[in-house]
Formats: sequence, structure tokens, C-alpha cells
Amino acid sequence: MDFSFLQDSWELLLKGFWVTLRVFFASGLIALVLGTFVAVARVSPVPAMRVVGTAYVTLFRNTPLLLLLFITYYGLPAMGIDFGFFWNVSLAAGLYTAAFVCEALRSGINGVPLGQAEAARAVGMPFTMTMTQVILPQAFRLVVPPMASVFIALAKNTSLVAALGLADLAFRLQGLLRDYPSSRTAAFLTIAAMYIIIVAAISLVASWAERRWKVESR
Amino acid sequence: MSTLLFDVPGPKARRRHKILSVVTVVGVAAFLGLVVWRFASTGQFDYELWEVFVTPAYIEFILEGLYYTLLAAVMAIAGALVFGLLFGIGKLSDHAWVRWPCWVVVEFFRAVPLYILITYLWALYRFQIELLAPLVIGLILYNGSVLAETFRAGINAVPKGQVEAAYALGMRKSAVMRIVQLPQAIKIMTPAIISQCIVALKDTSLGYIIVAPGLTYAGRQIWREFDNHLQVALVLGAIYIILNLCLEQLGRFAQRRLTESRTVQGDAGADDAALAVR
Repeated sequence: MDFSFLQDSWELLLKGFWVTLRVFFASGLIALVLGTFVAVARVSPVPAMRVVGTAYVTLFRNTPLLLLLFITYYGLPAMGIDFGFFWNVSLAAGLYTAAFVCEALRSGINGVPLGQAEAARAVGMPFTMTMTQVILPQAFRLVVPPMASVFIALAKNTSLVAALGLADLAFRLQGLLRDYPSSRTAAFLTIAAMYIIIVAAISLVASWAERRWKVESR
Repeated sequence: MSTLLFDVPGPKARRRHKILSVVTVVGVAAFLGLVVWRFASTGQFDYELWEVFVTPAYIEFILEGLYYTLLAAVMAIAGALVFGLLFGIGKLSDHAWVRWPCWVVVEFFRAVPLYILITYLWALYRFQIELLAPLVIGLILYNGSVLAETFRAGINAVPKGQVEAAYALGMRKSAVMRIVQLPQAIKIMTPAIISQCIVALKDTSLGYIIVAPGLTYAGRQIWREFDNHLQVALVLGAIYIILNLCLEQLGRFAQRRLTESRTVQGDAGADDAALAVR
């Protein structure tokens, strides 16, 4: 296997790696914030909010991310709303992932022992206070593994922005595959390794978080 | 649903909920209205942009794309089930020389983004266009690996007593697997498998990047000619949503049929796989 292409391309690859990371963090942030709101909406006492939450999740879980990217990349500027290339695509990825964050968080909310919500009600806390002070902090602690799963999927899904031309790792791979036809497998394994580094890092953070926030069961 | 997050609403709470409901509905309506207004004011509702979807020739074209998408999805799912079964059982093998290679393969294809896998396979096929093979092979490898983990979780979720009883009867490992564990594991894992089928269907959209026949390919041809990217994307999105909702219904029906007997109960760990992320 011929790794000589690395001599000329390592700078481009590192730049692509950085772009991938930036898209990941931007969409991850949007997904986390939005996903929490939608999860709370889905368990809210107001029926209209439950419907809106369910509609959001159904819509964004069943649409391919590629189509969402097209809609934000082509559609938003056509309607006159333009956040810039980077934020348009990050918005799409964030909206898509928020649906999965919501589902993961919802299972956590339902997993918090019933006694906690009962006690909060007994003390007289209204719904929003119950959520923010009692339920959500515990729910987040419970859902570290599914959340890690969601964010690993996000890290891999950021590769789709290459289809629109954003110069991330996947885009660099396309270039390498064309420019160095004799090193195709080597190029693929290099880029794959870089993605595996990101995935492994997320898993490490998740294990650390899980250990730190472990719920001591009596 | 945990209804202890809020009490049975009294009169004041009911009024507050009604007000919030109205506010939410008005808010959503206003948002949608804004979107529609922006559409109209930038000319997105022009008939010429939408005309293509009512022209029979182009409807046929989209249906052809749909056919290839479904074909790719079916082939991918069939292959993934076989791959997943083989490697899932392989990961549970008693022989380390089987276990470790299976582990490496499964972990590798789960960690690598589908996009770069398909791009690489396409390069191996010398960048020929209108070819489904790189897409289907990539989908099989990725979904197969995820299903391998699912099968492993399902097999481990079969109650231990069943397995112990089978061994006590004198069955050897392959018989235990075949007769006792697999049938029950498949019943336990049906939701996760259906979920993965939906993933496979959505991921066929990646055929776009290798110019493979399919819905996204048909979409690209249309918007190249009519310059109506947004409209095409919205229509394709609607098609995918409908397809996935049908698949989910099918899955629920299949699950009800398969798990008619309530005697199959999985251990607690099985539900984690049902949260399969796509």
C-alpha cells in the first residue's frame, strides 16, 4: 500500500479534519439545545406542544439528511434567508440530529424514577421547575450511552456536507481518490482512521462522563 | 408516559394550558405562514417550478427513480441481514480466531462514515456512473455491521434459563443457537431490525454521490433542467417520509404478527438496541 500521497496532502487533510470538527461542534450544539426543547415539549402537559414535538420528530427522523442539506443549501437562499454556507449546512445537520437527541432524552426522562417527580409535585413545583431542577439533570445522567451513539452518528453524518462542496475530510477523500489512483486503499484507510479518531474520542468522553455521573443504585 | 410530571390539571391550570395551546398553535401557524409568504414573495410557488411534478413523463421518471431506490434498499437489507447474522454469531463464537476478526470487521464498518465507504467503493469500480453496486455493497457492509451488534444483543437477551436448559438436555452449541436462541432473539430484536431497515432506505439517498439510479438521481436530473432545487428537494422529502412511515407501519404489523405469543420476554438490555440511531 502506497502512502506516499501523504507527503503532499497532509496539510489539506488536517484542514479537512478541522472543517469536519467545526461542522460537528456547530451542529452538535444546535442539536443538543433544540433536542432538549423538543423533548420537553413531547412530555409537556400542553397537548398542542406534544403534537408539535411529535410532528417535528416524525418529520426529521424520516427525511434523509442529504435532502435536508439540499433544502437548506438551495432553498433557504432562494427564500432570501442565508446564514452563510457553513451555518446553512450545520443548521441542517443540527435540525436532523435534534430529533434523535429528543428521542434519546425522552427515554431518559421516562427512566428517572417516578418517586422524583412525585416528590417534586408534593413539594408544589410547577412543571417547568420540575423539569429544569429535578428531571432533566437526572435524565441527562441516565442517557449518556444513547447520546454518545447520537453524537457518533452526527460525526459520521458530517461527511455528507462534502456532497455540497464543503471541504471536509470526505471531500478531501474524493480528491485523493481521483488524484492518486494507485493509492486508493491507502487514502481510504487514512481518512477512515481520522474518522475513527473522532469516534473514539467521543466514546472516551462518553465513558468518562458515564463513570462520573453514574447513578448509585441502592 | 410518566404523567406524574404534572398533576391532573385544576381549573386554573386548564385555563393556562388552553392559553398555551392557543399560543403554540398561533405560533406554529405564524411560522408556517411566514415560510409560505417567503416562498410566494421569492417566486417559489410559480407554476413553472412545480409543473414538472404533474407532467406524466416526469412522474414516470420519478417513479423509475423510486423503483431503483426500493431495489437498492431491498438488496441492501437482505444482504445486511445475512452479513449481520454471520458476524453477530461470529462475535459470540468460542474460538478467538473467529471472534477477533469478526470484532475488527464489525467495529471498522460501524465507525467509518457510509459516505466515504461508498466513495471508495465507487473508486474501485473506476467511477462508472449509473451503477448500483457500490451503493448496495456499502449499505450491506454498514447496516450488516450494525445488525451484527443487534443480533448479538438479541441473542444475549434470551433468558439465560432457556440456554441452560438446552445445554442440560445435552444440546451442543450450534443446536442451542439454532433451536433455542436465534428464533427468540429475532422476535426480541424485531423493532431494532425494522429501525435499521428504515435507516437503509434513507441511506439509499446517498446514491446521489455516485450518480447511481434512484430518487435523488432523478431529482438531480429534474432540477438541472428546471432549476427548481427547493421544490424537488421538498417533493423527494415528502416521498421519503411517506415511504418510511409505511415501512414503520409494516414493521409494527410484522412485530405484532411475530410476537403474538406473549411468552417471549427479553431481558432488560434489549431495549437499548431499539434506540438505534440513524
